[in-house]
Amino acid sequence: MPRLSAERRHRVRFTLNGSAVEAEAEPRMLLTDFLRHELGMTGTHVGCEHGVCGACTIEINGVPARACLTLAVQADGATIRTVEALAPEPGRLSILQEAFRRHHALQCGFCTAGILMSLDNYLRQRPNPTEENLRVFLGGHLCRCTGYVPILAAAMDAAKRLREVPANA
Amino acid sequence: MSTPAMWCGQSVERVEDAALLTGRGRFIDDLGVKPGTLHAAILRSPHAHARVKAIRADPARQAPGVAAVLTGEDVTKLCASLVVGVKAPIECWPIATDRVRYVGEPVAVVVAASRYVAEDAVDLIEVDYEALPAVVDPLAALDTAQPVLHEGLRGNLASERSFCYGDPEGTFAHAAHRVSVTIRYPRNSCTPMETYGVVAEYDVGEDAYDVLANFMGPFSLHAVMARALKVPGGRFRLRTPPDSGGSFGVKQGVFPYIVLMGVASRATGRPVKWVEDRLEHLAASVSATNRVTVLDAAVDADGRVRALAWDQVEDVGAHIRAPEPATLYRMHGNLTGAYDIRHVSVRNRVVLTNKAPTGLNRGFGGPQVYYALERLMQRIAIELGLDPVEVIRRNLIPSGAFPYKTATGATLDSGDYAKAFENALADGGFAALREKQKEARAQGRVYGIGLTAAVEPSVSNMGYITTVLTPEERRKAGPKNGAQATATVALDPLGGVSVHVASVPQGQGHRTVLAQIVADALGLKPADIRVITEMDTARDAWSIASGNYSSRFAAATGGAAHLAAGKIKAKLARIAGAQLNVAANEVEFADGKARARGNPDNAVAFSRLAAASHWSPGLVPVENQALRETVFWTPPELTPPSANDEINSSLCHAFIFDFCGVEIDRTTCAVRIDKYVTMHDCGRILHPGMVAGQITGGFAHALGAALYEEYAYGPDGSFLTGTFADYLVPTAMEVPNPVILHLETPSPFTPLGTKGVGEGNCMSTPVCIANAVADALGVAEINLPLSPAKIAAHLHGAERTPRKPQAKPVAGKGRTLHGSGQAQAAAPPQAVWAMLLDPKTLAAIIPGCHGVERLSDTHFRAEVTLGVGPVTGRYKADIVLSDLTAPKAVTLTGVVTGALGNGGGTGRITLAATDDGGTTLAYEYDAEVGGKVAAIGGRLLDGAARIVIRQFFAALARHTGGKKPGYLARLFGRGA
Amino acid sequence: MKPPNFDYIRAESVAEAHAALAEYGGEARVIAGGQTLVPMLSMRLARPKVLIDIMHLAELKDIAAKGDALRIGAGVRQAEALASRDVAEKAPLLAAALPWVGHAQTRNRGTLCGSVAHADPSAEIPLVLLALGGSVALSSHRKRRSVSAADFFTGMMSTARADDEMIEAIVLPAKRPDTSTAFQEFGRRHGDFAIVACAAVVSPDGITFAVGGVADKPERRDFPALDGSPLDDAIDAFAWELDAREDLHATAPYRRELVRRMGRATIEEARRCLA
Repeated sequence: MPRLSAERRHRVRFTLNGSAVEAEAEPRMLLTDFLRHELGMTGTHVGCEHGVCGACTIEINGVPARACLTLAVQADGATIRTVEALAPEPGRLSILQEAFRRHHALQCGFCTAGILMSLDNYLRQRPNPTEENLRVFLGGHLCRCTGYVPILAAAMDAAKRLREVPANA
Repeated sequence: MSTPAMWCGQSVERVEDAALLTGRGRFIDDLGVKPGTLHAAILRSPHAHARVKAIRADPARQAPGVAAVLTGEDVTKLCASLVVGVKAPIECWPIATDRVRYVGEPVAVVVAASRYVAEDAVDLIEVDYEALPAVVDPLAALDTAQPVLHEGLRGNLASERSFCYGDPEGTFAHAAHRVSVTIRYPRNSCTPMETYGVVAEYDVGEDAYDVLANFMGPFSLHAVMARALKVPGGRFRLRTPPDSGGSFGVKQGVFPYIVLMGVASRATGRPVKWVEDRLEHLAASVSATNRVTVLDAAVDADGRVRALAWDQVEDVGAHIRAPEPATLYRMHGNLTGAYDIRHVSVRNRVVLTNKAPTGLNRGFGGPQVYYALERLMQRIAIELGLDPVEVIRRNLIPSGAFPYKTATGATLDSGDYAKAFENALADGGFAALREKQKEARAQGRVYGIGLTAAVEPSVSNMGYITTVLTPEERRKAGPKNGAQATATVALDPLGGVSVHVASVPQGQGHRTVLAQIVADALGLKPADIRVITEMDTARDAWSIASGNYSSRFAAATGGAAHLAAGKIKAKLARIAGAQLNVAANEVEFADGKARARGNPDNAVAFSRLAAASHWSPGLVPVENQALRETVFWTPPELTPPSANDEINSSLCHAFIFDFCGVEIDRTTCAVRIDKYVTMHDCGRILHPGMVAGQITGGFAHALGAALYEEYAYGPDGSFLTGTFADYLVPTAMEVPNPVILHLETPSPFTPLGTKGVGEGNCMSTPVCIANAVADALGVAEINLPLSPAKIAAHLHGAERTPRKPQAKPVAGKGRTLHGSGQAQAAAPPQAVWAMLLDPKTLAAIIPGCHGVERLSDTHFRAEVTLGVGPVTGRYKADIVLSDLTAPKAVTLTGVVTGALGNGGGTGRITLAATDDGGTTLAYEYDAEVGGKVAAIGGRLLDGAARIVIRQFFAALARHTGGKKPGYLARLFGRGA
Repeated sequence: MKPPNFDYIRAESVAEAHAALAEYGGEARVIAGGQTLVPMLSMRLARPKVLIDIMHLAELKDIAAKGDALRIGAGVRQAEALASRDVAEKAPLLAAALPWVGHAQTRNRGTLCGSVAHADPSAEIPLVLLALGGSVALSSHRKRRSVSAADFFTGMMSTARADDEMIEAIVLPAKRPDTSTAFQEFGRRHGDFAIVACAAVVSPDGITFAVGGVADKPERRDFPALDGSPLDDAIDAFAWELDAREDLHATAPYRRELVRRMGRATIEEARRCLA
């Protein structure tokens, strides 16, 4: 039975954005801190550390989840995607990211990574959402800059474009 | 010019976005730190008011990985008090010294190898507090019999000033009507998604500080910080990271922590990093002020307002922290709102209470002022039997009256309020909304309409705050005024253009708009312009007004960039004229070229021209060398307060008119915004997409303030909204899409005709929604936030009386917990009595007790582990028995302190013999619980405390040979 | 806001989890989805010596429909239950309540049994379990036992689970064809803790009505098939008996009035489905 002592750092391995990664963590280290400070993936942000704001949302084993409500050791062996994986290639944005830019769906950009990770997953599961569906789903995120109006517009627009060109998704 | 304003006015895509969308933002916590950097965690006060008797930090200091523990005593040796903005003998330290005055006030700073280790050490620090009574209510604080926060003041009134403009007294005496409102505006905050962050490094060789912080300005606070750190300005280098995750005023409040971390770095000889966590942010960063306002109007029979009498009591919390009491004076010039009112009296008082210090927050004074003024306008309509639309219409400053000088001294720069108002009613569909309301009401639905007109000030006069001083005090201190904005436009050797500004954006898109402005000036594309907005006080051009506040960017910084680009262009035109053989004024800049007007073939590439002063300065006359131009711009209109206390508090004044329809659910009493229309005249619009973003964003903040958000405090000063589960920020589910309308009346006072737009809805929307709710409910007095429970008091009416008599209600008001219960013990009273006085028995029956120490016959000290479910903590309990009537009754007074909080209570226990030789124990108690658990788990607290009290009596009964636990559990189930 | 130190045990069998619980008792906490426990760790409200992760135990991951009962293992996440056809068919009350549990992003990790173990008085899943007359399957190295929901929830965040026990599953009776259910909730914002949540199970002979968010645990009453003002009176009596909590977000009278109005509406809704 794997038993990790509090006093020591332990190897944690998982697949991050398609590549195998590993680093060390104490049992108590939050996945947010592990991603940001051990692996250098600073795109995932920390807004509240108690699971309400959604800024740290990432994809764990194919579903959006809060990195701040996850211990790094719990993620051992998981498949994780973060905002750094969304763009198809350097210098090019995904359809969702482009829609965010076009609709001014971000201002400070601090909450944006989490919202993108949630929406990217959601639009793959539900390509035909209503605005109401999106409002309910985005209820798990706080944004203080935009008032959500342009985020909803961008999400609806992205959904439409993804339906038109599914190959580029 | 053939290409004026091509890019400005377009919603171009933002240059900021590609990085932010791909996780490549550069926020403060994304930037690496120097090897060896230490991490700080802060021990904060669980008490609203207490004397700090002793701090035992040695175990923390000796913990592995800990470099230092700094207390108030250590910190005060290395810095000076922050300057206080009123003439009063009080100090403001970045850490508690002998007393704590609000929940969350820093008490000690631990500097350690990691944040985790630093927090471990925080847990090891023991502080002895002597709790003092707290004062929470601002009006109560005025009572000199109340506890005093700062003894230098003798009371809690830190400043009082009265003002008189025109003849308010005479006007009121002759007015047909006098209408009055009393407002209690609550505390709230815009809570940016990124919290504060500071990385401080002290260089002992140079006695200089180098600090990176997500500070937003105003940089007048640079002077405050440098003085606190006891170095000249040049030895306090303050830098900001490229990205900052929102501010809305709030990141002004990081400045005391910059001082604190500077000191920590000096004490440890290492760079120190501190990133505030959300709990710290909610409890102790910065809040908007709460305010009690009594506002009276002298009104003609037709609803025309002739005079206003303001009486404002401003609650700035436990310290007057710079730039307070600015919130109270920011709106001073426009206290008459959008109306033509010539007679005004003002009484302003600033009080201190045991709450977190206040500071900048979006709207800054506007929400408080317009809530009173626009509630008043609705009351005037109701009390005079007029249409609220008509009351606004009759009082608006007439078209053609601009620039208009207000009674209190502001110059409203431009506008056509009547036109904007009528356009909004027509284009926003007001008549249809009235019809809808009529229909809804006919169906028995609860539907209301609210209206608000407001003037949104922007580009603050740095001198407005001196209105708090008397003219005599101002004369002594020297005049203060202006709003210095700076911008630098530079050309590089390849002919590229870069722009440097001291605007410190937190997501507003300054880089994009500056590129538009400069591209327009130089005939280039925005992509040709590289804009740098991270700031460095050691290298950049800046002044005290630098920073991102008072919605000053588009008007002031954008204007300065336009002027700097114009200076470069004028020089380039001379160089180009010489090359093209035309007069400089015949040179035009377009399509990346400088060319002769009327002969586009006679042209030189901009990049070649721009590089000329680098590569061939010999060919360019010295006075024409075009390399780098910096403009400092301050508007002459922003003069200091006059001898009569008239103050042009802001340069620009945008106009807003909002109306909305709300429906209230009869069951839940939740408010639903059915329609919201907001009309803005913010002068010339540079980027429609960003203006819309400012409006929808401000609207969401305001909706939160109106319906959900409050920094709530218990009557004992405990802080109750310490998490995002209790401080309720609206989500996409709660925020509707407002209808946005515009009129564009350019400001004559700004280089680009622009005005600020970022704060307006925070001023107009809370009261607009409140007016609609008041209309729906038909009530006169209504205060924010409009929680369903508050509305239910009106809508649900009196509660039906219970069919069976009820036990005394258990939960009390606020944090005071009242309770009573009974337990049956098998032993007779004398035996139970003996147990109550016996430390051994007490140790056995106090829940989670690790041992009782007997200090006297009636004084015990115990160590206990208390908890409910997984929430457990170790506490020290001090128990005193009094009013002993053996073996019948005793009063038990206890104080419990521990890492998770503190509690105190008094219980009266009576013992009565039963027929079967046992004892009936009856108890009644009042308890108060505060500290960490109150702030982050208040929802669960009452129940938890009740469980602990129940456990105590259950154990007592059990100890006397009472019935089996399962039975007792049921017995006590209805007790405490 | 970082968790204190603890050891972490990744159990590879239920027996290993039992052994660890037997060894550490009250010093250990089982972690499943962690959506409630991790913030309590980060806030240092909870300070277990040991965390026992049970999410690698395949035998706890099932939603099993057996006869007239639905058994949901401790490893089943809320989102999985929400997507389950068995849950929709056999426990429509649970399916109706699950969208109210947190947000999609937390339901993707949070488990049903974790919510039951935590026993928050406002939580939806304990309320549904109580309303349906379900039970909690507990086990330890000593024994296995089943505790009815009515006996399991003992108060604010307090349950009948012994320190060395773990929840293996919750068991819900499958919906009988002659019953109908409804769920309604009101919170300040969508996804917030319920100020009041109501669950109703109606059949031609009677009404089961349960309320969360009001007392310090979910509470339930069984009424005969009342209607009109006798039903209002019965709900009113229940509302008074609930000893409603006062807090920042709601007063006790407001909570009681929501019980009366929303309770009635919930029962009516269930009845409409029955008809």
